[in-house]
Amino acid sequence: MSVPVLQPIGRTFLSSLEAIGRLALFTLRAVLHCVTPPFYPRLIFKQMIEIGYYSLPVIGMTAIFTGMVLVLQTYVAVSRLNAESTIPYVVVISLTRELGPVLAGLMLAGRVGAAMAAEIGTMRVTEQIDALRTLSTNPFKYLIAPRLIAAVLMLPVLVGIADIIGVFGGYLVSVFKLDFSPSIYLKNTVDFVETIDIVSGLVKAAAFGFIVALMGTYNGFESRGGAQGVGKATTDAVVGASILILAANFIITGIFFSR
Amino acid sequence: MSDLKIKVRGLKKAFGPKQVLNGVDLDVPRGQSLVVIGGSGSGKSVLIKCILGLVEPDAGSIEIDGEETVGIPAAKREEIMRKFGMLFQGAALFDSLPVWENVGFGLIAGRGMNRKAAKEVALRKLAAVGLGPEVGELVPSELSGGMQKRVALARAIAAEPEIIFFDEPTTGLDPIMAQVINELIVKCVKSLGATALSITHDMHSLRAIADRAAMIYEGRIIWSGDAREIDRCGNDFVDQFVQGRAEGPIRMPVRPL
Repeated sequence: MSVPVLQPIGRTFLSSLEAIGRLALFTLRAVLHCVTPPFYPRLIFKQMIEIGYYSLPVIGMTAIFTGMVLVLQTYVAVSRLNAESTIPYVVVISLTRELGPVLAGLMLAGRVGAAMAAEIGTMRVTEQIDALRTLSTNPFKYLIAPRLIAAVLMLPVLVGIADIIGVFGGYLVSVFKLDFSPSIYLKNTVDFVETIDIVSGLVKAAAFGFIVALMGTYNGFESRGGAQGVGKATTDAVVGASILILAANFIITGIFFSR
Repeated sequence: MSDLKIKVRGLKKAFGPKQVLNGVDLDVPRGQSLVVIGGSGSGKSVLIKCILGLVEPDAGSIEIDGEETVGIPAAKREEIMRKFGMLFQGAALFDSLPVWENVGFGLIAGRGMNRKAAKEVALRKLAAVGLGPEVGELVPSELSGGMQKRVALARAIAAEPEIIFFDEPTTGLDPIMAQVINELIVKCVKSLGATALSITHDMHSLRAIADRAAMIYEGRIIWSGDAREIDRCGNDFVDQFVQGRAEGPIRMPVRPL
């Protein structure tokens, strides 16, 4: 009687292990191709524009509204304790350490990770990846490595910009709605923020960039079965990247700030 | 040097429980054009992908110029790939690149040629398949099916390969365009002195481009010989396929309505 119950559990367990193994091998190959020549600087630059420049509006909008909401919510809490002067500190710490990298990573998973999975998945099902190989071009070098390198380089830049825009959003609400002094708000922001706050956020950003590009390219590269397969690859890329970003955020936070 | 450009022995490939190739033996003589015919799902595409190295066979041997290619390291595979050109069934053009860059892709990315020189070669190859330089600046989505096939042919011959593979080169084309493609294939293969291996179920295409022919059925080569002999080869399976009869030894698994 136990066999029919155990069989599906065993099958699921084995297929999960297989999937993890495939992803691990893909990651290893991808990283190796990122650090060994030939490189395609033209493609890396193109991806940097695609990932960095074209993501600026969505990252900027996310950051400014997050900074604004953060001030409103924090004000409600700290005003009961007469600790309104801590608002700039809360805003800058929250943004640089957590919200900037995590929200930028999640937005990028939706915008860039999905696009990568769809593009590479379509190339897979229309035999364009096979065509690359017949033209003596390694698909890992040509398709995967430029996207990984560009994402790892550009997400820290985006997060840096998001941090500044987010703090500016908090500044706007604090000064024009809550009547904070502009100079004191800015002084408190600069005085309280520490190097580790910014560095930890940028390290997270690089890791999240890697995760977004890895999940986008992996799911696209492994997609099968036409339009339905490409759709599934796109969904898996976004969901997988989002979960991994949140898990990696916990691990990196633990490494930087656990006592 | 052997007279065989490609020699396949005992090639097997299964996908799950389905045995697609079941011991294929095939010889492609140097400088000749061999066309493999067979019904849908008979293993034609898998055979050509195994020879190209796009699919890893389960068993068997594939020799190119007398050199074993099954299980070779990736670097060696890339070297062997330089001998190949391939025209895919759906053209498989890179839709993010203009036409000239598609044609010159193997020269730029695969062989490190500078873009200016590669563009000159690409425009020459486009001219060889009857397309003007203005087409070079278009993107693949702006082309008709026949033009896409011609661009794909130009890409396949751009690096002047020793062996050219054609996967259903005339599928989806009208009869006139199909004949244009057939004539271009013959012209390009002969002018390069290349060896050609094609798979098709289009008998007009076979008669136009083949020196030799073979038929694959249930994962094995069941007949091979001179293409001119195909109408009187005496093989019931080949006769049924060539004449396009529903009745014969090849049975389609259809159920009554």
